[in-house]
Amino acid sequence: MAKLRFHIRYPEEKIPSPILYEIGKEYQVVPSIRRADVRETTGWMDVEFTGEADEIDRAVQGLRQKGCMVDPIELNVVE
Amino acid sequence: MIKKMQSLVCRECGKEYPTQDIHVCELCFGPLEVKYDYAAIKQVMTREKIASGPHSLWRYVDLLPVEGTHFIGLHAGFTPLVHAKNLGAFLGLDNLYIKNDCVNHPTLSFKDRVVAIALTRARELGFETVACASTGNLANSVSAHAASAGMKCYVFIPGDLEAAKVLGNLIYRPNVVEIEGNYDDVNRLCSEIAGERHWAFVNINIRPYYAEGSKTLAFETAEQLGWRAPDQVVVPMASGSLLTKIWKGFKEFEKLGILDSVNTKINGAQAEGCSPIATAFREGRDFFKPVKPHTIAKSLAIGNPADGYYALKTAAESQGAMDAVTDDEIVESIKLLAQTEGIFAETAGGVTIGVLRKLVKQGRIQKSDVTVAYITGNGLKTQEAVVDSVGRPFRIPPSLSHFIKTFAIEESA
Ligand SMILES: Cc1ncc(COP(=O)(O)O)c(C=O)c1O
Ligand SMILES: [Zn+2]
Repeated sequence: MAKLRFHIRYPEEKIPSPILYEIGKEYQVVPSIRRADVRETTGWMDVEFTGEADEIDRAVQGLRQKGCMVDPIELNVVE
Repeated sequence: MIKKMQSLVCRECGKEYPTQDIHVCELCFGPLEVKYDYAAIKQVMTREKIASGPHSLWRYVDLLPVEGTHFIGLHAGFTPLVHAKNLGAFLGLDNLYIKNDCVNHPTLSFKDRVVAIALTRARELGFETVACASTGNLANSVSAHAASAGMKCYVFIPGDLEAAKVLGNLIYRPNVVEIEGNYDDVNRLCSEIAGERHWAFVNINIRPYYAEGSKTLAFETAEQLGWRAPDQVVVPMASGSLLTKIWKGFKEFEKLGILDSVNTKINGAQAEGCSPIATAFREGRDFFKPVKPHTIAKSLAIGNPADGYYALKTAAESQGAMDAVTDDEIVESIKLLAQTEGIFAETAGGVTIGVLRKLVKQGRIQKSDVTVAYITGNGLKTQEAVVDSVGRPFRIPPSLSHFIKTFAIEESA
């Protein structure tokens, strides 16, 4: 089992939809939200996924397909 | 030596952790920062003691996050603070200073400061292998310091870097890993490798210590100005860490009584082609929107800056400002600095000088303000940026008359 942490941003039109709930159903991963900030036109959350590493990879791809931007919890590490 | 580090503390929720190789709060995932015992440090750290210390950043060891005295990077820091009279006259400033980190040792950028601290701490924590993910200055510095310290080294770089930047690593013989794919993929893989391997990734799991090295730019500035804080500073921003740490450095000196008072305005500079932090400032937001970088200032091309939020807070707290300049303005400013002060800066320096000019024009920086511009990297590393705009040499046959004709000099009798 792997635990990977991500910073997820979602576009304005996705703010009302239960994205993490959907991801938890579509993939074998358990999401845990630690911090989030949702405003009228912008939203982000810091999340930990527990699951097999490859399945977490697929879940991240799934989030991207839904229009989310997914970065490591540290944001940019290449500097 | 006193026990100066108390813990690592979460910048968001305040939870404390031992001073190990961790960088993210287990609870809220906020970033961790070193917590010092300032009362104990105040007992030992004085102007006199600092002044009698080594001519390097290690003269400020009492405020740096290391425990022993077995340092790596013995010659980093203590770079010149130049009273820039010519550039000052051009801009209409009486008290302009250039903090010249173009000549930092050993790899000619301010990154030698943060890496000296990071590797010293990494070795204290028992690491034998150091690593970083980088597009330039950081990788060069980690490679060089690891070579001198005899540590194993891995450097992760994107697959499309300029030849000179790749060479600037290879010469020190670290393991250089070129990763295929776009920036986001490279970034994510590096974060995952850092989680997987038990190595000291200087800007990831060692980041709480690494970042503190930037404070020494503030310490030196204050000491070199004769123990006073400047009225204004202009700082280039990539992740935004440097800017927040310069503020922290001045405030620490104030807290310890080494400076009487600090009223420095901390101003931030970015390139228009990658200005998430400056744009948020200009639009009056307390959060930034990530961008896809497109600028010649590659050392500042961080589209999703880890400390962007804290940089915005610092500017607000200190009543500083932020702005950005175009690639053309960057080139023009590199040339202006070179031609007025004889200092050849890399593109980040062009960003700093360009934004300094803007802030003067806007009236935010006044004629009599003691102003320090941070020039953080060397122009020889980014020659591509200016190669097409510096002209060519005069080419003449080997004859005196040609020389005289070329320069229209009166022939002497
Ligand atoms: C030459 C130079 N100046 C300034 C910076 C900005 O540093 P920070 O990421 O701390 O904002 C960098 C970062 O890579 C750099 O290479
Ligand atoms: Zn926390």
